[in-house]
Amino acid sequence: MAEAVAFYICAALILGFGALVITAKSTVHSVLYLVADFLCVAALYVMLQAPFLAVIQVMVYAGGIVVLYLFVVMLVNLKRPPEAHSDPRRLGRLGVAMAAAVLVEFAAIFALGWAKPASAGGALSPNNVEQIGRALYTDYLIPFEVASVLLLVAMIGAIVLAKREL
Amino acid sequence: MIITTTHYMLLSAALFTLGIIGVMTRRNVIIILMSIELMLNAVNINFIAFSHQLQNVVGQVFAVFVIVVAAAEAAVGLGIILAFYRNKETVNIDEMGLMRW
Repeated sequence: MAEAVAFYICAALILGFGALVITAKSTVHSVLYLVADFLCVAALYVMLQAPFLAVIQVMVYAGGIVVLYLFVVMLVNLKRPPEAHSDPRRLGRLGVAMAAAVLVEFAAIFALGWAKPASAGGALSPNNVEQIGRALYTDYLIPFEVASVLLLVAMIGAIVLAKREL
Repeated sequence: MIITTTHYMLLSAALFTLGIIGVMTRRNVIIILMSIELMLNAVNINFIAFSHQLQNVVGQVFAVFVIVVAAAEAAVGLGIILAFYRNKETVNIDEMGLMRW
């Protein structure tokens, strides 16, 4: 029961902040709503027995990526803010298409049946940092190294792009 | 009232749709990038819900990779936005037709 209450509170906060992110007039407000959204998602990860992912979510998303966004929003000092798209016909068609997509998604989830709740005594321990580390360094060693190369390339690329002249 | 994986899938689908609506309706490139982050978060919720359902740690490993790609995408995307803004003084995506065929 407590889990259900916590889930519904988290879900309402996630969807509410998500809606605010895409509707907020000011870009700075949008970024701040994004932080709140990421923190609620981290709470959801804790409920799903993924404490390591929750910490990574707070540190990388809420601490790193969002600060990057804030820096860029502050640097890009807009005299005339870009407006939302003002073509009503296009928005109407888009709304119908989106509603159809959501309907198909939900219908597929309902049609494929309701999952049984996960068994408590499974192979996944609540404190599973060791399991993640073992999987990363044995079965997924090559993707792990490729990910590190990707981060290096992204770092160099961002520096080259943002620097005025080399 | 038991919360199953289906609940998490419905939440994830709704969050993903919010991200798509943001990408389609907003004209500010920074907000479009933020909507893409929302969609990546929806994918992560799905990964971790299935990791919990199947009692398998691989879902969490792939969620880590998704976060890595999201960080790289944010860094390079914001670098491109800064470079573009320096040249054209705009972040409106309708005025970014430079590389359009």
